Amino acid sequence: MINIIWFFMIALGVLVGVINGRLEEVTQAAMDSAALAVQMCIGFIGIWALWLGLMKVAEKSGFINGIAKVLSPITRLIFPKVPKDHPAMGAMVMNMAANMMGLGNAATPLGLKAMKELQKLNINKTKASNAMCTFLVINTSSIQLIPTTVIAIRMSTGSSNPTEIIGTAMIATTISTIVGLISVKLLQREGG
Amino acid sequence: MIQWISSAIIPIFLLVILTIGFVKKVKVYDCFVEGAKDGVTTALKVFPYLLTMLVAIGIFRASGALDYLLKILGPVFGLIGVPKEVLPLALLRPLSGSGGLAILTDILENYHPDSFIGRVASTMMGSAETIFYTLAIYFGSIGIRDFRHTLPAALIADFSALIASVVICSWVFGA
Repeated sequence: MINIIWFFMIALGVLVGVINGRLEEVTQAAMDSAALAVQMCIGFIGIWALWLGLMKVAEKSGFINGIAKVLSPITRLIFPKVPKDHPAMGAMVMNMAANMMGLGNAATPLGLKAMKELQKLNINKTKASNAMCTFLVINTSSIQLIPTTVIAIRMSTGSSNPTEIIGTAMIATTISTIVGLISVKLLQREGG
Repeated sequence: MIQWISSAIIPIFLLVILTIGFVKKVKVYDCFVEGAKDGVTTALKVFPYLLTMLVAIGIFRASGALDYLLKILGPVFGLIGVPKEVLPLALLRPLSGSGGLAILTDILENYHPDSFIGRVASTMMGSAETIFYTLAIYFGSIGIRDFRHTLPAALIADFSALIASVVICSWVFGA
């Protein structure tokens, strides 16, 4: 599926670029995006190293396990195939916690660590397991308690009440996460 | 208060984690270094996937293909009550985080953050993530090629966030 979408984004992009006479912009966008990827990755190295360092301490001290245990009644329901004291559970819980607090930069390395742990439980190493699909859908529908970036933009554009959308965003994100969970469970046809 | 919380959350987190580690007799410095090493390898592993995705998104936007998609989808979304002004945000946000923020800023500047459109756009932005990029790097980092049902389920969730934002905002703030 990703192959099809990726191909059509580029193919349609180039074709529309020809029709619109925007081939120069297309070329520029391709170069700029490539440069942006390098720039982002270099930034990631620093931020991810910082969070992964801190997480190692949290892991060794038993902090992550403690939190995972507290949330295990919920997580066991969502991820029935993942053993409850498996490191994947701890990493997933920390990823979700970081997302909730709006720490996107911290959430990504934790999420990648969770994927690495889930891969150890996966039978077919090139095919996503049910737990991975579920985890990613929760991740992309992001339950966020305080959308700090949005509030900052509202503030800078002159809102008289920049934080008024916290409540509505929380309800919307809760609904989308629940819908996501239901869809991912309905769409999974095979075990694994 | 919220501003204070968002600026204090990281230092407090740092202090709490390290204090727990220290009390539990973890060699905090050595342990931190060991974890930090993974930052480099993870970023390098993710790089080709990130680049591949960003180039496609960049081309799709710059060529004007995204604008055509908006023109086609605008009336469809209008039928279910989504204001056409927030549609660019709804379409771009799953593709690109920075692009989404740029469009949100644009919408809030043009329609005022306290308007219905401004509130819907803010609510939407606060309730979703960049799907394509997230899937590409999360699956890419461990070599998964078959995403199975992840993308459709994530898109359904994203769509429900859009509808929920419109419905909740007209309910809470009045349209």
